[in-house]
Amino acid sequence: MSLLSKLKAGLGLLALLSMTTVSAANSTLNLREGVTELSREAYHLHNWVVLVMLLVAVVVFGAMAYSMWAHTKKKNPVPAKFSHSTALEILWTGIPFIILIVLTVPATTLLMKQYDTAESDLTVVVRGFQWKWKYSYPDQGIEYFSNLATPREAFINSATLASTPMAAIAKVATAGVTSKGDTPSEKSATYLLEVDKELVIPVGKKVRFLVTGDDVIHAFWVPDFGIKKDAIPGFINETWARPEKTGIYRGQCTELCGKDHGFMPIVVRVVEEAEFNTWVASKQEEQRAADAAAVIAAASSLTLEQLMADGEKAYLAKCAACHQPTGAGLPPTFPALVGSKIATGPVADHLSIVVNGKAGTAMQAFGAQLTDVELASIITYERNAWGNNTGELVQPADVAAFKTGK
Amino acid sequence: MGAHAAHDHHDDQHDHKPTGITRWLFTTNHKDIGTMYLWFAFTMFLTGGFMALLIRAELFQPGLQFFEPSFFNQMTTVHGLVMVFGAVMPAFTGLANWLIPMMIGAPDMALPRMNNWSFWILPFAFLLLISSLFMEGGGPNFGWTFYAPLSTTYGPPSTDFFIFSVHIMGLSSIMGAINVIVTVFNLRAPGMTLMRMPLFVWTWLITAFLLIMVMPVLAGVVTMMLTDRHFGTDFFNAAGGGDPVLFQHVFWFFGHPEVYIMILPSFGIASAIIPAFARKPLFGYASMVYATSSIAFLSFVVWAHHMFTVGMPLGGELFFMYATMLIAVPTGVKIFNWVATMWQGSMTFETPMLFAIAFVILFTIGGFSGVMLAMAPVDFQYHDTYFVVAHFHYVLFPGAIFGTIAAVYYWLPKWCGNRYDEFWGKVHFWLSMIFVNLTFFPMHFSGLAGMPRRIPDYNVMFADFNMMSSIGAFGLGLTQLLFLWIVIKCIRSGPKAAAKPWEGAHGLEWTIPSPAPYHTFTTPPVITNENAHS
Repeated sequence: MSLLSKLKAGLGLLALLSMTTVSAANSTLNLREGVTELSREAYHLHNWVVLVMLLVAVVVFGAMAYSMWAHTKKKNPVPAKFSHSTALEILWTGIPFIILIVLTVPATTLLMKQYDTAESDLTVVVRGFQWKWKYSYPDQGIEYFSNLATPREAFINSATLASTPMAAIAKVATAGVTSKGDTPSEKSATYLLEVDKELVIPVGKKVRFLVTGDDVIHAFWVPDFGIKKDAIPGFINETWARPEKTGIYRGQCTELCGKDHGFMPIVVRVVEEAEFNTWVASKQEEQRAADAAAVIAAASSLTLEQLMADGEKAYLAKCAACHQPTGAGLPPTFPALVGSKIATGPVADHLSIVVNGKAGTAMQAFGAQLTDVELASIITYERNAWGNNTGELVQPADVAAFKTGK
Repeated sequence: MGAHAAHDHHDDQHDHKPTGITRWLFTTNHKDIGTMYLWFAFTMFLTGGFMALLIRAELFQPGLQFFEPSFFNQMTTVHGLVMVFGAVMPAFTGLANWLIPMMIGAPDMALPRMNNWSFWILPFAFLLLISSLFMEGGGPNFGWTFYAPLSTTYGPPSTDFFIFSVHIMGLSSIMGAINVIVTVFNLRAPGMTLMRMPLFVWTWLITAFLLIMVMPVLAGVVTMMLTDRHFGTDFFNAAGGGDPVLFQHVFWFFGHPEVYIMILPSFGIASAIIPAFARKPLFGYASMVYATSSIAFLSFVVWAHHMFTVGMPLGGELFFMYATMLIAVPTGVKIFNWVATMWQGSMTFETPMLFAIAFVILFTIGGFSGVMLAMAPVDFQYHDTYFVVAHFHYVLFPGAIFGTIAAVYYWLPKWCGNRYDEFWGKVHFWLSMIFVNLTFFPMHFSGLAGMPRRIPDYNVMFADFNMMSSIGAFGLGLTQLLFLWIVIKCIRSGPKAAAKPWEGAHGLEWTIPSPAPYHTFTTPPVITNENAHS
């Protein structure tokens, strides 16, 4: 889409806005109705309050418009002298008060419904991390991370993104609003709203979400379910949803949580109960197989080439957001790995920081998040890539030994 | 012999002022200090606006065009801090300095040396804040609300500069507020009873009380951050037994009254301008005073409506929902009063009036979305989306800033003795009016469609609305340069203004010559019913 056609589309939309009523259903101009009782009732309450506000607007702005037309110096050269009216003042204190009471009744009822998490059929623990979500099904013994699936190349429209004020000004000044040198990649309809592993829940069941945060505050929002709860470290918040239709529903983290706040979407797949049960079984099997494979892999010895190849892939997926694909990091918040003390010093220190993380920073404890094979290949990669050339190999067995040895 | 006449005229008023840089450094004159506050605020307004344009440039289309997300976060944060603490609040303090003594018939502010000090620490506060952008690791990147633990454990090293600069801004605001309170209570001219004060003085007096009550709370919360970061406390650290939500409670106990600090003086401005151009007394003076006081009182018991999603107990949610909705009542009273003031008046639409009417209309739109946001069960769909961004920009830009611009056009003839160019003033108004709506109205829709705030990149479904907002923002930003030019042109030349350049204006400030002499009301005037209630 060229800039011009985008501009035209934008202006057309603006014209449309002025003509369309805000309550037009199924338009992009209004809140969505969603697929749960809560979201539907929130939608109706929203429409209703918009309507009430529009009526008030018609009265107030209508009076102002009439006055501006009729009470000008030309048409009304001698102004009236009145400056108060007790009756009027009581009236326009009282009427808004009554309108508000009328609004609070449905709001109170709906809020009480939203807070009723009793008698749920399924519990899912939602844990926010910098910058991904972890979903656990405690009763099914399943847990996994959910990462953004949109590749980095798709959202980087320019090879040289600025990170200092001077560079930023130069960048905007030289490129204008549309950058000529860099061609923006085509963005799909699910751009930035797609993940590697979706949250899967059965249709028609009351699902209770226990929401918490691991590092900073995040917020779990699925607009189609009408629920939003903050994921706060040290707190477990509750909310619930009973989706009425199968399908894929997308949301995003809605509390500023650092650098990649815009890149941790939530995707929920709602399926029939039978399909859900199959999914649970396959997921459990997958987890068992992975555990078994990890045991075998932990005992095996891998070559440098193998570790480097696997390591590069895993590094780009798990580490590059902060430490950058080049290993240069974004210091001082996200340290460089090139020639760093950790990546070129004793292996034990390197293992320790990757497995246990570093408290009070975005460096998480990856020991529980990744398999021993992944950890071994990432550490080997970091110790040998970008000219770090230590020549040292870390085998999965070394990782396992480190974990049990402490 | 115009110059000679002017010279004579100055001599009549014993109007000798110090010259050179020391005039501005050492001044204790309320007019000089007011001028410095206003220029400082305008500089900060352009600085914060420039950051907003960088943000809008990045958001012009999907994808990351210009900045790393970390830099984008610094821009949203510093834009907010600069606009709130650097532009809106100092602009209001500047107006208070210029106008309050002239409106109540006082020779100056009650504590002139403190007045000098409270201005001169401000530039240093903002140098500290803005310099942090150039430091290793960048400036504050945790939003202007700086929620812990993102700002404490996870904050960049420069966070301490941010904390110190907030301390200094707070000190400056507290001193400014004390000065207003002491001046209003002690230096009113004989006969200027409280209920005869112009509403601008009333709204500022109430604002000053809000300031001295909440700025220490802000200082407290940043100090707690400082000790969490460096002295081993765990106020906000869950891992150490602390409570991240406590941060939000303390912050918003400051933050919500702060919202009214940024709007009440604009209420006062509209209450001066609308009667002047309707040539009719303000409707419901007493109810305006009571409504403002109620708003100020309620502002202390609604703070947690910013936190509906943190998981408060049901009872808490209900209380804060009801209390918040209640604020619509006194706010409504004020709006109805302005409409009733216009009713059957004899209106003309000079630039100050245009800005004042736009203020009433657009602020009311912000009020409508405010009622919607107050409804907790629907707020779950609005919270932290662009709908909120649209809401608070509607109450801040056309609210606080249009109010300030209206005030500048209205009192500029009094300040510099010349009339501004009415044609260009109207051009400035209409461009601002169009672009402010083009910028912020589409944000309602991107929010309802589901776009979270503070994200550097977004799904294609939000693209059209964002492009409209970006175009509007650039227009709005450039239009304000026109304002700068109009003001400078007016200061340098222009038709001479009479003592009372507006036919319908009332109040003591219009009884003194234009430009206002360096020292005014060295002998207090006597107030009667005729010159009360501007």
